[in-house]
Amino acid sequence: MLGKLTLSAIPYENPIIMGAVAFTLMIAAFVLGTITYYGKWGYLWKEWLTSVDHKKIGVMYIILALVMLLRGFADAIMMRAQQAFSFGASHGYLPAHHFDQVFTAHGTIMIFFMAMPFLVGLMNIAVPLQIGARDVAFPFMNSVSLWLTVVSAMLVMVSLGVGEFSQAGWTGYPPLSELHFSPGTGVDYWIWSIQISGIGTLLTGINFLITILRMRAPGMTLMKMPVFTWTALCTSILIILAFPALTATLAMLTLDRYLGMHFFTNALGGNMMMYTNLLWIWGHPEVYILILPAFGVFSEVVATFSGKRLFGYTSMVYATMAIAFLSFTVWLHHFFTMGAGPNVNAFFGITTMIIAVPTGVKIFNWLFTMYRGRVRMNSAMYYTLGFIVTFVIGGVTGVVLAIPPADFVLHNSLFLVAHFHNMLIPGALFGYFAGYTYWFPKAFGFRLNEKWGKRGFWGWMIGFYVAFMPLYVLGFMGMPRRMVHYNNPAWHPYLQVAAIGAVIVLFGIICQIIQLVVTVKERAETRDLIGDPWNGRTLEWSTSSPAPFYNFAHVPVVDDLDAFTDMKEKGIAYERPKEYHDIHMPKNTGVGFVIGVLAFVFGFAMIWHIWWMAGVSALGIVISIIVRATTEDVDYYVPAAEVERIENQRFSQLGSVSTVDVGEQGDWEVAAPA
Amino acid sequence: MIRRKANNILRLLSLGAVALLTGCSSKMVLLDPKGPVGAHEKTLILASIGIMMIVVIPVFFMTFYFAWKYRASNKEATYAPKWSHSGKIEFVVWLVPTVIVAVLGYLVWTDTHDLSPYKPLVSGQKPINVEAVAMDWKWLFIYPDQHIATVNQLEFPANVPVNFRITSDTVMTSFFIPRLGSQIYAMAGMQTRDSLLATEPGTYVGRNCQFSGRGFSNMQFDAIATSSQKFRNWVTKIKQSENTLGISALKKLEKPSRDNPVSYYSSVSPHLFDYIIHKYKGGGTATMTANAVQKKPHA
Repeated sequence: MLGKLTLSAIPYENPIIMGAVAFTLMIAAFVLGTITYYGKWGYLWKEWLTSVDHKKIGVMYIILALVMLLRGFADAIMMRAQQAFSFGASHGYLPAHHFDQVFTAHGTIMIFFMAMPFLVGLMNIAVPLQIGARDVAFPFMNSVSLWLTVVSAMLVMVSLGVGEFSQAGWTGYPPLSELHFSPGTGVDYWIWSIQISGIGTLLTGINFLITILRMRAPGMTLMKMPVFTWTALCTSILIILAFPALTATLAMLTLDRYLGMHFFTNALGGNMMMYTNLLWIWGHPEVYILILPAFGVFSEVVATFSGKRLFGYTSMVYATMAIAFLSFTVWLHHFFTMGAGPNVNAFFGITTMIIAVPTGVKIFNWLFTMYRGRVRMNSAMYYTLGFIVTFVIGGVTGVVLAIPPADFVLHNSLFLVAHFHNMLIPGALFGYFAGYTYWFPKAFGFRLNEKWGKRGFWGWMIGFYVAFMPLYVLGFMGMPRRMVHYNNPAWHPYLQVAAIGAVIVLFGIICQIIQLVVTVKERAETRDLIGDPWNGRTLEWSTSSPAPFYNFAHVPVVDDLDAFTDMKEKGIAYERPKEYHDIHMPKNTGVGFVIGVLAFVFGFAMIWHIWWMAGVSALGIVISIIVRATTEDVDYYVPAAEVERIENQRFSQLGSVSTVDVGEQGDWEVAAPA
Repeated sequence: MIRRKANNILRLLSLGAVALLTGCSSKMVLLDPKGPVGAHEKTLILASIGIMMIVVIPVFFMTFYFAWKYRASNKEATYAPKWSHSGKIEFVVWLVPTVIVAVLGYLVWTDTHDLSPYKPLVSGQKPINVEAVAMDWKWLFIYPDQHIATVNQLEFPANVPVNFRITSDTVMTSFFIPRLGSQIYAMAGMQTRDSLLATEPGTYVGRNCQFSGRGFSNMQFDAIATSSQKFRNWVTKIKQSENTLGISALKKLEKPSRDNPVSYYSSVSPHLFDYIIHKYKGGGTATMTANAVQKKPHA
């Protein structure tokens, strides 16, 4: 009846896991209790869970990302603590069985359930607004993508208390991830959580590709698109090309594990090298899926806060496209040590280095954007500058690793771990934090607290150096990654320093939490009344903050790359339209949420071999899709009078403002609205 | 404000550099190699880092200088809000990284060929052959010419090339002696190669550095470089050991175990290494008879 699931699947005997479970359940109970206490279930369902509004979906994605960041970071600090203590006679506090799950969960969560939702959330909030669209091309599909991602993250969370998580590393290399070596449900949790979220991500890629190609405001040619939209476009293309490879690879591993096939097993013709290749054919583009949108954010932030056009826009676009293309030509550098011949290794080493060229160009273009600008040091700008100096170091170590013979001694070491954290923390996460700071007022109508934002930045920045520079050294000392215990006394002090670094990052995270609380408390003071808190340059700043659900009363007409700056200069930015028209909008629907819940049940049933439940939930998904596809009542018109009412409110608000006060960053005049 | 923060970052970086330099003692095994392969690889690492400083140093300088000079409160500085293109700057920022990558690319091509682990090292000495087998969680070393085998101990004469054939009797692992250079994966049913040489006698740590399950952390062995005479004595000593390594002893050894003590086998069934590879190619689990061991696979 319940497949492999019995009560013994719950690890009662492990106090650390049970503590984590109790803590998670307490937070969940608190959140659910608060919602019930304030009677907000109806509001939550109507305004959020069933929403197809890209801005709300974006916000929900980012909430998921931040929650999973906490979970992933908890894993990180556990690993750092284990390695700081587990030397010589001491074996730390985690057995190998548990430690292996922790590092697997850390990687899986940070990539799939922190970074991906964060960047997709930012794309959701910003892209339609930047291109002057009223929503994405497929608003319902957007909701499906969100809920598939959310429930996959929940599957990972469930693995904490029911059964176990994978112990095969986040890349799940067979044959270790095969049934013979990993007979438990851990790998199945890993497979189904990333399989389901991967489908959500693929749908997002399709959605944004079509949105960007088909729904741009009149006048916005491709070469007048904001750079963030460009990077979102490239990321969408990469998602569409790369994620099917992941889906297929995981499907083959699933067949191995569930039906006794031999795609990647040791014996009977299985070939693990095929998996390694296929995984990285997805995995390397994935790196750029994560990083390109962050590059886009940095481009927006540096131009806005330098009060200047982005330097070398055309170069920037070509560099982005070049990176996107090249990202498919380098996957073999993840396994130079697998025994390929020197011609093959050298080829992939050189293609990898070539990526450094467009990336280097981008760095210089950001620098020359500041040149002859008026640089305002907002915390988003802190993240940008912190990124530039730190990312360059990661770039150097990346090029070192791209030299196959150098990789022969550095592969699988902590040098490698330091390198990719050096790319992903400043390169991706700092970009997401900058975007979070930058677009927060657009989503909520008030700015984030700057003081705590900067403290958060310093926590991350200093913490990063203290945590990861020792790992580079440890790489030179020959320490491999993923060790639960070691005997080499030379490594011990460096690992202790690295653990201190993790604690400093923790302070940064605490500052960010305080920032959110302070921001909400003091929101009256930081309210963004005109919709343009930073003297922005692109279309998202031309509408109110928070943007009305229809985004723009009139679809803007674009004449220039910095469309909104252009409008401000021409004095037409705040012109009151002569008349309003009905606006065509999609209706909210709960089907996306229902499909998500069913996908969760399906995933859980497959993990525990509860076949009837898997069948029923799969059927439920198919029926939901059919029901939705045959529904014609999916849209409505917002009457012109309603639009006029909302817009009049905005104009009366605008009339009350003449200068924007953004504290130490200097004020600027707002062209008085007509 | 900015200057203070700039100082913070610089201080941190210099701390890192000091840590690197003081650590440059014998503890930094990759920077203190004991063989030509490792030495060449060390040179490559340091040279490439050095070449890339051509880009890194200006970026550091420009980041802080531009952020400082063009800060919003500095009304003296030129402000050119429309200035966004310069053919000269674009030319330089595309050219410099391109030239650096061209130089490094050339190095990659030549040195990847020079340092291919499949290329046996050339030396006046007759090389030693070793067949290394990764197991859960220990290393088996078969000396086909001496007809002996060891677990978790690899001894060989210094200044003599050691040519390895490597496979795995379990999951994917990676054979690595950091002081000597070049790691290579070990995979079941397949054979990889490596060729290493120690220029100095000594005991070096060797290990699996590809995560392979619960016993991964302690899956290491001693790689002992010694004199030719001592190596011959060592072989003689092992030949007096009671244990021999045939199919049944192999089956016992294959069982997962952690922290295996060093053990010796005075003789080894011929082609045992090929048998270990071959058993994954035929009928899955090892169902072959001892006779099948004699047949050399096509590997």
